[in-house]
Amino acid sequence: MTIKQFQTKNTMLKITNLHASIEGKEILKGINLEIKAGEVHAIMGPNGSGKSTLASVIAGREYANITEGKIQYIGKDLLDMLPEERAREGIFLGFQYPIEIPGVSMVNFMKSAINEKRKHNGQEPIKAAAFLKMMREKKAFVELDSQLANRSVNEGFSGGEKKRNEIFQMAMLEPKLSILDETDSGLDIDALRIVANGVNKLKSPENATVVITHYQRLLDYIVPDVVHVLYDGKIVKTSGKELALELEEKGYDWIKNHIN
Amino acid sequence: MNKYPIVSDFANIFQNNIEKLDKSSEIISRHRKSAIDKFSDLGLPSRKNEKYKHTNLLPIFDDKHNFYFEKQKIDFQLDDIFSCDIPDIDTDTIILLNGWYYSANDEKLTTLPSGAIIGSFDEASKKFPELFEKHYSKIASYENDSLVALNTAFVQDGLFLYFPKNAVLEKPIQIINILLSEEALFVQHRNMIIAEENSHAKVVVCDHSLSPHKFLTNSVTEGFVGKNAFLDYFKIQNEHNEASQISSVFFQQEKSSTLNFNTISLHGGLIRNNINVLLNDEYCENNLYGLYLTDKTQHISNYTVIDHAKPNCVSNQVFKGVLDDFANGTFTGKVVVRKEAQKTKAFQSNKNILLTDITKIHSQPHLEIYADDVKCSHGATVGQLDENAIFYCQSRGIPKHEARLLMMFAFANEIVKKITVEPLRERIDDLVNKRLRGELSRCNNCALNCHS
Repeated sequence: MTIKQFQTKNTMLKITNLHASIEGKEILKGINLEIKAGEVHAIMGPNGSGKSTLASVIAGREYANITEGKIQYIGKDLLDMLPEERAREGIFLGFQYPIEIPGVSMVNFMKSAINEKRKHNGQEPIKAAAFLKMMREKKAFVELDSQLANRSVNEGFSGGEKKRNEIFQMAMLEPKLSILDETDSGLDIDALRIVANGVNKLKSPENATVVITHYQRLLDYIVPDVVHVLYDGKIVKTSGKELALELEEKGYDWIKNHIN
Repeated sequence: MNKYPIVSDFANIFQNNIEKLDKSSEIISRHRKSAIDKFSDLGLPSRKNEKYKHTNLLPIFDDKHNFYFEKQKIDFQLDDIFSCDIPDIDTDTIILLNGWYYSANDEKLTTLPSGAIIGSFDEASKKFPELFEKHYSKIASYENDSLVALNTAFVQDGLFLYFPKNAVLEKPIQIINILLSEEALFVQHRNMIIAEENSHAKVVVCDHSLSPHKFLTNSVTEGFVGKNAFLDYFKIQNEHNEASQISSVFFQQEKSSTLNFNTISLHGGLIRNNINVLLNDEYCENNLYGLYLTDKTQHISNYTVIDHAKPNCVSNQVFKGVLDDFANGTFTGKVVVRKEAQKTKAFQSNKNILLTDITKIHSQPHLEIYADDVKCSHGATVGQLDENAIFYCQSRGIPKHEARLLMMFAFANEIVKKITVEPLRERIDDLVNKRLRGELSRCNNCALNCHS
C-alpha cells in the first residue's frame, strides 16, 4: 500500500475550496475540511457564519447552489449523489429543527429507511421480529418513550424528544458520517446528557462525527478531536479541543478581531 | 318553459315511453307526472345555481345516451363476468346491472336469516306498499331538486334493503353496481334502505363499469335509520373515466341512531355526491367521511348538508383529497344547526393535496347556526406536499417518490382506517396504494383493463 492509498483509505470526507450561495448571496466562501474515520470534529461559529448551510450541502439539500469546489466522500464525488444515495452510503444529518410528518408513523418511517439501505446493500428487507427488537434496543439507548414510536414522525414531540429521536434514528441507521446540526439547541441539561451519551456510545474507529454548535457546553460531553471555527463562510481557525474553551472564554469577537 | 334543449328531450322521452314506465307500482307511477313537470320547470342545474357553481353538469348530459325502459335479457351469468376480487370478504351480495336488479335465481326479494329483506326496489314497492309509501319521495323530496325530480320521473328499479326491528346482520350486505352495455347509456336507479329500530347492519356499495362506453348515472338513495339503529355504509366509486355519476343520498336519522357514511372515489369522469342527512331526533351520531384520489381530467364534487334539527346530536365530517394532473374538484359542506338544536356538536374538515399547479379545488365548508349553546368547528386546507418533509425522508435514505407516496398514503389513511369491514379495508388500502402509485387500481377482474 502506498502512502497515498493509505491516506485516502482513512479519509472519509474531504471538502476542497467549497463555495455555495443561496439566492445569489455567497454563504460558503471556500471551505477546506478533511475528516478521517474515528474522529470527532466540532464546527463552531457565530450565527450566520454558514454552519447549517455546510451541513445541508453535505446532506444534499438543494436550496444552496454550489458554485465552486468539490466534496469527496469515501472516494466518491458526493455532489453527484442524490440526498437519499448519500444517506444509504452512510451520511446522516441530525436536523437542527426535525420535521414533523403527519400521519406517517415512526415505525413505518424507520422501516422504509432501513429497508432502502438494505436494498442498497443487496440485502433482503428486514424481518418484522428483528426490526422490532432493533427498535426496542435503540429506543432504550436514548431513553425514548416507547409510545413515541407509534406516533407520527416528530408530531407532537417536545423539543427534547425531537432531538432524542434524531439520535435514535442515527442509532438505527448506523451511519459512517454523522453531522449533528445544533443538536444541543433547546435542550435542558438532562436531555443534553442523554443525547451526548447516545452519540458517544455510537462512536467507533470506523465512523466519524461532526458536531455543529454555537456553544461550548455540548463539547463537555462530546469531546472533539478537532475544533474548527467557521466565520463568514470560511474556516478561520482549526485546533484541538482547547480551542472551544478559549472561544467560550473570549467570545466570538475574539475571532473577529483575530482575523481582521 | 324549457331552459335547455336537453330538458325538453327528457319530457319527450318521458311521453314516448309512458306505457313502459307505467308498469311500475302505483306508488312509483303516481309521482312520475308531477316529477317530470317539476324537472321541466326547474331544468338542469347550471353553474348559475350556487350548488353547482364549480361543477358543470351540462356537458355530460350533452352526450347522446340511450335509455333502457325494460330490463335487458342477458344470456350469461353475471357471476361469469364479474366476481368481487376482495379476498376473504363474506357478504350477502346484490347485483344491479345498469340499475336493474339481477339474481341468479328468479327470486326478486330474499329474506336473510336475520330477518332482513334484500332485493329489487320495484318488487318491494309492489309487495310492501305501506312500508314503501312511508318513505318513498318523503326523505328525498323532488320539490327543489331537479335531479331527484328527474330520477323520480324515470325510476324503474334499484335496490331495496330492509332491516327489521332488532335485526343484527352478521355479514355485510354488498351491492355491486355494474354498468355494461354496447352503447352509451343513461341509468337512473333508486335505492331504499330502511333500518328499523335497534337494527345493526353494514352495507358496502361498489360501482363498476365493465364496458368502455359513456355512462351517466343519476341515482337517488333514500335511507331511514330508526331509533337506536346502527348503520355503516361504504361506497366505493371506481368506474372508468368515461363514466359519470351523480349520486344523491338522503338519510333521516331517528333518536340515538348512528350512521357512518364513507365514500371512497377512485375513478370516474365526473363524480357528484350530494349527501343529505337529517338528524330528526336527539342523541344521533353521524360520521361522514370521504376520500377522493383523482387525476387526468377527472372532476369530483362532494356536496353535503347536515341538518341538526334536534338537540344533543353529534356530527363529524372529514373529506380528504389528492388531485393530480388536470383534475379539479369541489367540496361544499353545509351544517345547519336549528334554533331548537342546543348542545349540538358539529365538526367539519376538508383537506386537499394538489400535486400540480393546474389542479384546482374549491372548498367551501360552512356552518349555519341558530342555536346558542353549541360546539362547532369547520376548516379547509389546500396545499402541496411539504418539501421539508420530503427532504427529511430523503436524508434517511428514502427516495423522493417514495417519500411523496409515504406522505400521501398517510394522508389518505385517516379515511381508509375508518372502514370497519376488515377485508374491504385491506383491499381499499391496496387500491389506494396502487392508485397513488399510478398503477391501475380498478379491480383486477375487470374485463376491460382500460387505462382511461
